[in-house]
Amino acid sequence: MFAPIYFDHNATTPADPAVIDAMLPYLSTQFGNASSRHEYGRAARRAIDEARNRVATALGAHATEVVFTSGGSEANNLLIKGATACLKPGLLAVSAIEHPCVIKPAEQLARRGWTLARVAVDAAGRIDVDDYAAAMAHKPRLVSLMLANNETGVIQDIEALAGRARAAGAWFHTDAVQAVGKLPVDFRRLNAAGVHALTLSGHKIGGPKGAAALIVDKRVELEPLIAGGGHERGLRSGTENVAAIVGLGVACQLAAERQAALAVDLGQLRGKLERGLLGLGATLFGQAADRLSNTVYFAFAGIDGETLVGQLDRAGYAVASGAACSSANPEPSHVLRAMGVAPDLARSAVRVSLGRGNTGGQIEGFLGTLQLTVGRLQQLTAMAV
Amino acid sequence: MLKLPIYLDYSATTPVDPRVAEKMIPYLVEKFGNPASRSHSFGWEAEAAIEEAREEVARLVNADPKEIVWTSGATESNNLALKGAAQFYAGKGRHLITMKTEHKAVLDTCRELERQGFTVTYLDVMENGLLDIDVFKAALRPDTILVSAMFVNNEIGVIQPIAEIGEICRSKGVLLHVDAAQATGKVVIDLEALKVDLMSFSAHKTYGPKGIGALYVRRKPRVRLTAQMHGGGHERGFRSGTLPTHQIVGMGEAFRLARLEMGAENERIRMLRDRLLKGVSDIDEVYVNGDLERRVPHNLNASFAYVEGESLLMAIKDLAVSSGSACTSASLEPSYVLRALGREDELAHSSIRFTLGRFTTAEEIDYAIRLLHDKIGRLRELSPLWEMVQEGVDLSTVQWAAH
Repeated sequence: MFAPIYFDHNATTPADPAVIDAMLPYLSTQFGNASSRHEYGRAARRAIDEARNRVATALGAHATEVVFTSGGSEANNLLIKGATACLKPGLLAVSAIEHPCVIKPAEQLARRGWTLARVAVDAAGRIDVDDYAAAMAHKPRLVSLMLANNETGVIQDIEALAGRARAAGAWFHTDAVQAVGKLPVDFRRLNAAGVHALTLSGHKIGGPKGAAALIVDKRVELEPLIAGGGHERGLRSGTENVAAIVGLGVACQLAAERQAALAVDLGQLRGKLERGLLGLGATLFGQAADRLSNTVYFAFAGIDGETLVGQLDRAGYAVASGAACSSANPEPSHVLRAMGVAPDLARSAVRVSLGRGNTGGQIEGFLGTLQLTVGRLQQLTAMAV
Repeated sequence: MLKLPIYLDYSATTPVDPRVAEKMIPYLVEKFGNPASRSHSFGWEAEAAIEEAREEVARLVNADPKEIVWTSGATESNNLALKGAAQFYAGKGRHLITMKTEHKAVLDTCRELERQGFTVTYLDVMENGLLDIDVFKAALRPDTILVSAMFVNNEIGVIQPIAEIGEICRSKGVLLHVDAAQATGKVVIDLEALKVDLMSFSAHKTYGPKGIGALYVRRKPRVRLTAQMHGGGHERGFRSGTLPTHQIVGMGEAFRLARLEMGAENERIRMLRDRLLKGVSDIDEVYVNGDLERRVPHNLNASFAYVEGESLLMAIKDLAVSSGSACTSASLEPSYVLRALGREDELAHSSIRFTLGRFTTAEEIDYAIRLLHDKIGRLRELSPLWEMVQEGVDLSTVQWAAH
């Protein structure tokens, strides 16, 4: 039995050994509640302060701008619901390709007096400039656009988009969950361009599940989602998850240190994979756009994506047929639909997302397996017809 | 050799049991899949581990695993239960009832609901910290939709009459939420028998990790909630967000151990607590806060009169204890729980909460007793008030001059 090869790093990543080492004391002897005043509590508080500094340094933010949450979904909910709760209802603009944890809260608000603008994307998955300009002309109060898409890896020109939102007088939030560790992300620079808040998540960057952060400009007034005790300067109550927060801090630091070299390495692997895919006759999504160097989203027309990933899993390759969170959903990807991809082709979509530890040999093996699998499935399809 | 400071603050948080940590670690390393990944074995393995943990949590409280919703902790569970139920059933009525001695996670959420247009009655408790059932019955109104009562109080450890409260709520068609963060592993919880609709749990108070909790949501009769966190539709839409597998596995194992070991463990802890109580009761002017009988065996909360609270904490810093609940101890306000018992501020200020647990030893308790005797004696020697009391002055009759 050989270990399957993991090609699904946009869904989650293994925790880095250095992250685990940093966390372990907080799952054994250093177990205090950070709100306790005795030595056990103070040690926990110091660990959280240090993690906050690490996150802030890695992201070019100030420690007081970092709010720890239980995950990226919570951070996005906190920003969207929390910021709008402090504003008069008006226009809220999000892109059509946002993660459900941005779209769903936005839809909630649309039922409570807010107007929701879903900004369109072009065929390559980039924000449609004209549609965005039209939304900005209506003076939104809050804009949320993801920095890089989880399915396609397409990167938005966030600084330019934020600048236009600022000119329109809006708060601007970016979900950077998929971007951190894969691109240089500097909150101070983004902030200067008009970004007021940014979401990042630990488990996408070699940290543990259960810890994430919202980095937020202090001018943005927020109503907390979770009340009770006033932790995180009143923005997020609940006993701090010390071990996971410590892990998040180390993961952010490592991600920042490794980002440039990793992007080059993964870019080479991706180039090899894409050349192979094109040779096999695959359609690549978002190819015309600037994309994360680890993500390939492709389809073989006529071959069901679910079926293909099932076969690949049996052959020892873990890939995704869409975003993990909505994988249970038989609907074709909302991201591909927004890009104008026909439903049939969208149902064929498969995502490979590379990460640390993946090798050129794995890519070659994968392409070989894929060729055989696709050939077999095409034969079956031909027989069925 | 004793390790100092001695940890006697198990109600603030507990260490992760080494057996729990051992089960968690593989889910950070090789079994790291996203449980929502449906297309490969990494995801399925994580999902299977989560469902096994859900069964363990359900088993401790005699519930159906389908009634368990994962959250990031009891604070989030309390928020989801109260806001989720109040918002969903707002059409039926807009009145809620709770107690003044609830945890901040309930009280602050109630304050928020008041800002949303709900009315909340905050009930007084009796001098022993328990809810007076007649007072409770009198507070029910035709528009009452939800009652929130904690199972075990975090500061004084008293056990509220949840079974009785549940019967009354059910007969009136009112939902009952119970914050059981301090109860799991300490009192037997049988949700088949109890008429409880919603119950909040925490892992880190029961030797599991921080950052994970659960909300029990009854299916028969079915209880509905307005979700508070939206996204990928995890947890059947009750609570979106990637599930932290290692933490969930930890909570499952912690609750499994609690189920297997709580009987014997609680007897051992009761003996240690009684030893502590006996050891400090020959100090003059010591008052136990809260009912001693209807109380978890882990808790002793006592006021040491004529000793200033902050000085006492400094003097006994070899003991990691709390003076008020951990979440509020940064403030110098006397504990609102002790004030609700009718304790005057002076006594509330000089109170210490000792909470014992799985790793507390008799040697540690004996050390604590000696230290308390020694330090309280010395602090009182320095106290002019204590001197006056010894001379027979009734302090309540003294006219204090303003500075």
